[in-house]
Amino acid sequence: MVKKRSKNSPFNPQYTLFLGCTVPVRALNYEISARRVAKELGIHLSDIPEFSCCGYPVKSMNHYAYLLMASLNFALAEKKGLPICTLCSACCGALSEANHEIQEDEALRKRLNEDLYQWLGKRYEGEVRVTHFIRVLQQEIGVKRITEEIRTDLSSLHLAPHYGCHYTKPSTIYGRIEDPENPTSLDELIEAIGAKSIPYENKLQCCGGGVLAIDEGVALAVARSKLEYIRAHQADAMVLLCPFCNIMYESNQRKIEKVYSTEYKLPILFYPQLLGLAMGIEPDELGIKMNRVRPTGLLKKIHMKAG
Amino acid sequence: MIHSNTLDPNFKFLIAREPGGENIKKCFSCGTCSVGCPIREVTERYNPRRIIRMALLGLKRDVLDSEFIWLCASCYTCFERCPQNVRIPELMNAIRNIAVREGYLPSSIKMQLDLLSSFGRLLEVTDFENEKRRELDLPPIQEKTEDIKKIFEKLGLHGEEKIEE
Repeated sequence: MVKKRSKNSPFNPQYTLFLGCTVPVRALNYEISARRVAKELGIHLSDIPEFSCCGYPVKSMNHYAYLLMASLNFALAEKKGLPICTLCSACCGALSEANHEIQEDEALRKRLNEDLYQWLGKRYEGEVRVTHFIRVLQQEIGVKRITEEIRTDLSSLHLAPHYGCHYTKPSTIYGRIEDPENPTSLDELIEAIGAKSIPYENKLQCCGGGVLAIDEGVALAVARSKLEYIRAHQADAMVLLCPFCNIMYESNQRKIEKVYSTEYKLPILFYPQLLGLAMGIEPDELGIKMNRVRPTGLLKKIHMKAG
Repeated sequence: MIHSNTLDPNFKFLIAREPGGENIKKCFSCGTCSVGCPIREVTERYNPRRIIRMALLGLKRDVLDSEFIWLCASCYTCFERCPQNVRIPELMNAIRNIAVREGYLPSSIKMQLDLLSSFGRLLEVTDFENEKRRELDLPPIQEKTEDIKKIFEKLGLHGEEKIEE
């Protein structure tokens, strides 16, 4: 039986929202739209202003420093008694992996806590759960409930889902929520809002963001290959759930066009932005104005205007 | 040509003792990692099978001093597919951790350390961002933290001498 939830039901999911480094500076439209649809669907997101970097960038330099950085954030969430919900897939992956390691290894946990307490006056007992905002939509709100909330007809839209890497992998850490070689959750969420989720050749490929700092040319070449395939399928937009993928496909789209003397003009939207449009929320309240590649044609197709 | 007298037979053991590097000796060079690798697809400079082979042979300096160990995008495609559970992205991180300890730190990575140390985040949040957040009705963010700097100092990251307690 599906629980019928009102906006203020005690069964509503409660999380503390983990923004990470990229969202507050480079992807405010993701944050705005996620908070807006969360409010509408009764997902309570509280904030911890002291959250810092998840630790992901340090994993390659010093594994122990990475675990300490993750623990620092866990300690804050644990004190508040709330699970962590991330918007960034890399944050979700890095925090989930660190958490798994800390929870499994008692000796490690003891050592981390000694240092954490002595250096920063904090402790982490291993009680925090980590998830991704899109997983909350998929698992706790569910496709059925989302379908009931639809107010705008998006059936004319052809959308290309991009799962990215850290949303499904490593699958063992995520408890095999879905097959990383054939994920379906984002396709289902796209279909739930009435749009068509289109298949394309390298749907599961990485955005290249992981090597952007090391070698821009390589990163752009990886991102380009996906833009090529999506253009061939004439998608109205690409749908993302990670702010770093957005840096590759949207912020760097012009640069890729320049390097490869081509033109995509492919709108890149975060899933909560599309969900919000489907729910009848004004584009202005979903940060659509901040999208660098203007989705003017897409909005026109669904009879909406950018604010 | 590889000269056997330059090989370090202990390199693989060093890697296997590092978190993430434990399974390096299980690799039987099937190449599943390289075939599905999105970086390998666009550049010849990165080839995980080759890197693992070099490490197993003991080409320590060539591996640690290389640019290619930093080209893994951590996409985990090979992690999922490896029949020997070598956990390649974690293995690359294990090798990088050793490289950093031995002083091979690419400048862009060093820059990330500096940013994290200064702001607690890769991207600085200033009054400007918080003012914008206020206008958009978003809650404020703590602008910087000394905690990350402290962790780095205590662990001797940042190229500085390790601080003794």
